[in-house]
Formats: sequence, structure tokens, C-alpha cells
Amino acid sequence: MVGVGILVLLFAIAILAPFISPYNPTQIDPNAILQPPSAKHLLGTNEVGEDILSLVIWGSRISLLVGFLATAVAILLGTLIGVVAGYSGGIVDEALMRATDFFLVVPAVVLAIVVAALLGNSLPNVIIIIGLLSWPPTARVVRSATLVYKQMPFVEASKGAGGSTAHIIRKHILPNVMPLVYANTALTIANAIFTQSALVFLGVGDVNDISWGQTLHFAYSSGSITAGYYWYAIPPGIMIVVAVLGFALTGYALDEIFNPRLRGGAILVSA
Amino acid sequence: MGRYVAKRIATSILTFFGTIILTFILFRLLPGNPIQLLFRNPQLTQKQIQLLNSQFGLNKPLWLQFVLFVRNVFVGNWGISFFYRAPVTQVLFPALLNSVILILPATVLAILIGVGLGVLSGWKRNSASDVAILTSSLILYAIPTFWLGILFIMVAVKVGGIPVSGMVAIGVSLSTPTTFLVSLLRHLFLPMITLTLVTLGQFTIIMRSSLIGELTEDYVVAAYAKGMSSDRLLRKHVVPNALLPTVSIIAISIGTIVAGAVLTETVFSWPGVGSLIYDSIFRRDYPVLQGAFLIVAFFVIVSNFVADLVYAYLDPRVKYS
Repeated sequence: MVGVGILVLLFAIAILAPFISPYNPTQIDPNAILQPPSAKHLLGTNEVGEDILSLVIWGSRISLLVGFLATAVAILLGTLIGVVAGYSGGIVDEALMRATDFFLVVPAVVLAIVVAALLGNSLPNVIIIIGLLSWPPTARVVRSATLVYKQMPFVEASKGAGGSTAHIIRKHILPNVMPLVYANTALTIANAIFTQSALVFLGVGDVNDISWGQTLHFAYSSGSITAGYYWYAIPPGIMIVVAVLGFALTGYALDEIFNPRLRGGAILVSA
Repeated sequence: MGRYVAKRIATSILTFFGTIILTFILFRLLPGNPIQLLFRNPQLTQKQIQLLNSQFGLNKPLWLQFVLFVRNVFVGNWGISFFYRAPVTQVLFPALLNSVILILPATVLAILIGVGLGVLSGWKRNSASDVAILTSSLILYAIPTFWLGILFIMVAVKVGGIPVSGMVAIGVSLSTPTTFLVSLLRHLFLPMITLTLVTLGQFTIIMRSSLIGELTEDYVVAAYAKGMSSDRLLRKHVVPNALLPTVSIIAISIGTIVAGAVLTETVFSWPGVGSLIYDSIFRRDYPVLQGAFLIVAFFVIVSNFVADLVYAYLDPRVKYS
């Protein structure tokens, strides 16, 4: 519940950004460089005089956007692969599972850094890269669930009545599998937000769009950390923590609701 | 047991081959000619470029390049760094040693503390200490690695006396092993705390859930009814059983730990593989980037293999599957 509350607040901030942000985040004020928090600038200013509160408010847009879009890619891909693997069985299943394990083993952030550095760091690229590296957990969950539902009598009945594979998957398997994916979705979004801010912080993400990672990137590279300008680095980080917490808590709650094994007090096994 | 080990070795080798293929494809997608990237001399004539192309084997068919690439990886010829003009292996292995100095203690500490806290939290479920531990673990899990590092740097700068960058003090003569070790440990302090803290959050949460689940089993009620002390019950039966899912989760998170190490090293300028990856991106030093990626992947694969062996040791059922 706390998680959902946090998320609603974040959404509100992101959508209402143009209205509640005191300044235009790109408006520089050379007279007010690196000011500590004051009445005029509630969170202080950065090295070019931009208001940090505005930066943080506007930054929520890109951070949340990337989180959602990348997760959409990951969930789509993961569900597709999971259902195909689970339903087909045999060699297709084995091959797809090897691929999934491969992507689980290779450190995702490192691969993301390398690929982003090589192929360019525009926003669509970053979204696709994060999405392509986040699908394994979803695929695993979907595959396990597909395996379970494949055995169910109503699937057999449908096959006996002449239902095609596509029909069975669409009408019988998918609707039962999707609820399990919801919990996974929330956790994937949390991960995507973190990965995006890490990529931008290192400079291999898109450093031109205002996001929390970008603010932290400039906080670090401008040397304001060792100079002691704490107001620059603390707010964006807190926002990331809040966002990740919000999605993670929501994910755990959804998991408790939708995962039948958990309700009996069984072991929580994250797929 | 032998069959299980053999199967795991085969899977690991397959995964490594997959990584080699992926690396080969990735780094051939680069725009630009590698020769021009290596020499960065705008006055290279066409004839020189062609000569260098054939010398480096770049004019051979792609499948032949791939075969040579695989052979080179195993022989140890990992190319020449664009930036250092030295063999990549020469650049990589000191960095690897530095990374291991950071990652190994941090991982061990994170496992010990994380599992310990998880057991405590799960055993005293819903008590004050449980809530405290759970909340702090969740927050630790959510904190971005680099942000925690930044926070520590700010605190350290205020407090003074704690090094925030590099591996040893520069410009100071470190004549005896003791002074070197002391300097190393002082510089290791902050990065290691950062890496340990961001890793142990998820271990605590997993161990706690695992323990709670294990405590609902019938044998726990039976043993308790027979008069076994809860301390002995925990130590000898519940915790070892609850460790199993935790070990597999830990194995999967090795990749995340390495990613965390990359970020930590960059923030603290700790000269390890992570820092090297970050620097070589900006220097466009692609051979080093490729080599670093291969070594990181190899390290993760080996760690997963070791973790699987540990899991087989802990759970005898696996050996006979």
C-alpha cells in the first residue's frame, strides 16, 4: 500500500511538472551559481545556476518514461519467449532456456554499458537496450506458469474440441499467466529506473535529457561533491531511492496477492 | 557427482562460447575502421591503410576472422590497446587483481552479514528488530550504488582523513610492506563498505523469506515438540535447509555484484576492471573494452560454476537428479 501511494505521488509530480516546478529547469542564472538551499531556490542551484528542485521535478518524467517503456519491451519479449518455450517443450524449450540463462549470467549493466557505448546513446537506444537485457526473469516466470497450465484439463478439452495452438494460448494460457507477470513488471520497472540512471551517470546514456541520473552525473563531474555542495547530489538520489522503493514494494505486494504459493506461507522464490 | 560436474562444465563452456560470439559481433558493429582508430593519423595514405589491413587480417572473410579471433582468445593474444599501445592482457591483469581485492572481501562480507541478518529477522518475525532490519534492507536494496558512494565521499571530505580515491597514496614513499598495506587498507575502506552495503540488502530479504518458509515445515513442529532447543533446531536443521534457495539467488546475483563493482570503482577511482571499462569507453579504446568484457563474463561464469558446486554440496538431492 505504501508502494502504491509513493507511485501515485511520483506520477503526479511527473505529469504536473510544468505547473509545480518553480523555475524552468534549463533556465540558467549566472548570478546564482552553486547556492545552498534558500527561500528563493528551495534545493539550491547547480554550477550553471539552474534550480535543483526544478531539475528534480522535471527529471521524474524521463526516468519514469524510460522505466516504463524499457519494461514494456522486456515484458513483451519475456512473455513471448516464456510462452513459446513452455508450450512447445522439447528442443525449442531447451534452446530458449539456454539463451535465457546466458542473459542471466552475463552482467546486464556491464553489457548495457558496452552496447550503449558502441551503438550510440540516444534515448530510444537506451530504452531498447535496457528492455533487451531485462526479459529473462519474466520469461522464466511465464514459462513455469505455462508449464503448469498446459497440463490443465480444460486445455486438453480445448485441444480435443479442435482448438488451434494460437487459440489455446490466447484464450486459456495467457489470461492465467498474466497475473503472475504483474509482480514481475513492478520489479522490472524498478530495475530499469536504476539501470537507466546508472548508464546516464556513467555518461553512456543520454546526457542531454533531464533525468535524475543526469543531475547526478553533473554533480559528480563538476567536482561539487568533494567541494561539499551536498544539495546538488542528495535530492536526485533520494528521488531514485523513492521511485525504486515504490515499485519494489508494489511488486512484492502484487506478488503476495497473485502468487498462489505464497498465500500458504511457502517460500518466496523470485523467478 | 561426476556426471553433475561434467554437465555443469559443459554448460559453462557453452556459455563462454556464447559470450565470445556476442563479443565478436558487438565489436564488429562499430562504425569506423579499426586501423584509423588505432593510429589516429589523418595522413595515413590509402596504401598504408591497405597494408595495415592485411597485416591485422582485416581483409580476410568474416568467418575466418572469427576463427582467428577464437584462437587468439585462447592463446592469450587479446589485441593491442589503442590508448596504451601495449598488449591488452598487460593492461587488464593488474586491473583484474585490483578488482578482486575489492570484490572478494565485499562479497564475502555481504553474504555473511546478509545471511546472518536474514536469519535473525526471519526468526523474530514481526518483532521490532525484524521490522528495523527489513526496512533498512529494502532501503539498501533501493539505493543506487553510485549515489551511496557519492554520499560517503561527501561525508569523508567533511570528516577528513579518509581517502576517497585511488588505491594507495600517491607521491608518498611506501617502502615497507606495512606502510603499503596500511595505505591500501585505508583506501579500500570506503569502496568496500559501499559495495558490501548495496549487496547485502537483497541477501537479507531472500534469507528472511526462505527461513520463514522453512519454519512452516512439519519437521520443525515435530522437533520442537520432541524437546529440541530452538537454538539447535535453527543451527542444525532449519538454517541449512533455508540456505538452499539463498545460494542459488546469490549465484544469480554475482552479475549484479560485478555491475555494482563497476560503479563503485568509477566513483572512487579505484583502478580495477570497472574503472578500466569506464575509461576505455571515453578513450574509444575498443580492444581493452572487449578484453575487459570477456574477462568479466568469464569471471561471472566461473563464479556461477563454483556456486553450483557449493549448491550440490549443500543439497545432496541435486547430485542424483
